[in-house]
Amino acid sequence: MAPFGGWMMPIQYRGILAEHAHTRQQVSVFDICHMGEFLLQADPSSSGFDRLVTQNITAMPFGTCRYGFILNEQAGVLDDLIVYRINETSWMIVVNAATIAADFAHFKAHISANCSLENVSDKMAKLDVQGPQSFEVLKNIFGQEIASLKYYTFAELKIFDQQSCIVSRTGYTGELGYEIYIANEYVGRLWELLLKDERVLPAGLGARDTLRLEMSYPLYGQDLDLNHTPVDAGLAKFVDFSKDFIGREALAKEQKTGPKEHLIYFQADSRRAPRHGFNILDKGRHAGIVTSGSFSPSLGVGIGMGYVADNYDIGAQLVVKQDSVEIPVEVVRRPFLHKTSLMNQN
Amino acid sequence: MNIPNNIFYTKDHEWARIEGKLAYVGISDYAAHSLGDITFVELPKIGQMLKQSAFCATVESVKAASDVYAPLSGKVVGVNAQLAANPELINQSPYEKGYFFSMEFSDEAEKNNLMDASAYQKYVEGIAK
Repeated sequence: MAPFGGWMMPIQYRGILAEHAHTRQQVSVFDICHMGEFLLQADPSSSGFDRLVTQNITAMPFGTCRYGFILNEQAGVLDDLIVYRINETSWMIVVNAATIAADFAHFKAHISANCSLENVSDKMAKLDVQGPQSFEVLKNIFGQEIASLKYYTFAELKIFDQQSCIVSRTGYTGELGYEIYIANEYVGRLWELLLKDERVLPAGLGARDTLRLEMSYPLYGQDLDLNHTPVDAGLAKFVDFSKDFIGREALAKEQKTGPKEHLIYFQADSRRAPRHGFNILDKGRHAGIVTSGSFSPSLGVGIGMGYVADNYDIGAQLVVKQDSVEIPVEVVRRPFLHKTSLMNQN
Repeated sequence: MNIPNNIFYTKDHEWARIEGKLAYVGISDYAAHSLGDITFVELPKIGQMLKQSAFCATVESVKAASDVYAPLSGKVVGVNAQLAANPELINQSPYEKGYFFSMEFSDEAEKNNLMDASAYQKYVEGIAK
């Protein structure tokens, strides 16, 4: 167990490597109750909601979710988040644990006072069910309705005698998977029910981190922060420049003149892991800083990502260094893993 | 917690098994368990001279990297080549297949700075409290 975002979180159950492999090959359940959820009733345009986030929310069909950012005026990332559109004016907003209070204050400050905005993070629990067998497992629990869920869509489903929960086909592992939002008082039962299926084993934050890193998914607070923009991070595709949003002017300007830093991805020539905070060197000169790094259980080598001042071509040779440790790395294309159950499905 | 008799331990959780003039060296079951899944190890070179309590190897797990210190002074005479491709041997068999290296130790008296199994057992229990 370890403290994370004000919670005591399970880093591992049986071991990170075993949990990682089980998620890639079968199916795991992750306790993600720490994450934040807001419920909002608002017309997206007139309420100010549309200006708060970078995704094109007015075009979202009901029952879909979309990934994007909340920015400050300088286009620094306040948080990354997923917006769920329940109907015309009803939304669920899912944010990171460490930023719940700041995000909620930011929403409160920018959304019309006549809209209903509620922070339900303390009432709503979340379990992620991830892995190639996740569909079969959830079909046994929720029935055929699971089959209609396409990638980045969700449905309100019933469980435990008419208790409703939100199930989205989303995740942070790169595998076919689902995220389940349910009232706190039922989450223990759901956890037990999932683990009754012998294919399902629990996985902790350690495996969650190696799984997401292999997919090059950014982690807020490490790979995304106030000092970097979505353009620096190479994530401009999650920004709708055709609309107005806080930070748009600064971001559009940066996109024109080119990013001030570049988030690059690299692979070590050995099992040695680049780690958060290590220096990135180009021919002995400081070039940037590692934001995330780990041993990759799937690839059997060290992998990482980090910001550099100058961009590098795929194949460029750099060195990651900390004290006497020097790890030769090669710049690679994202994601690190190309063949997963996420990519085999619609 | 597996703490075999007949071997010596350090406060940094290395162990040394004495066989004549040779000492086999590794990290304890407690250390391997605390680190979690071990994914990489950097061993000293054969012929390298080690000083008791000085840095001699690095071990990395998914979670973190840690330094390993020499339990005795002396010269490295062999390394466990299996660990390069199979560092998980350290988790699976910390006192046998997962040993790090062997050395010719130079000072018999340095053994007095090490703990025997029962002292180490008490030491580890003290940490757990």
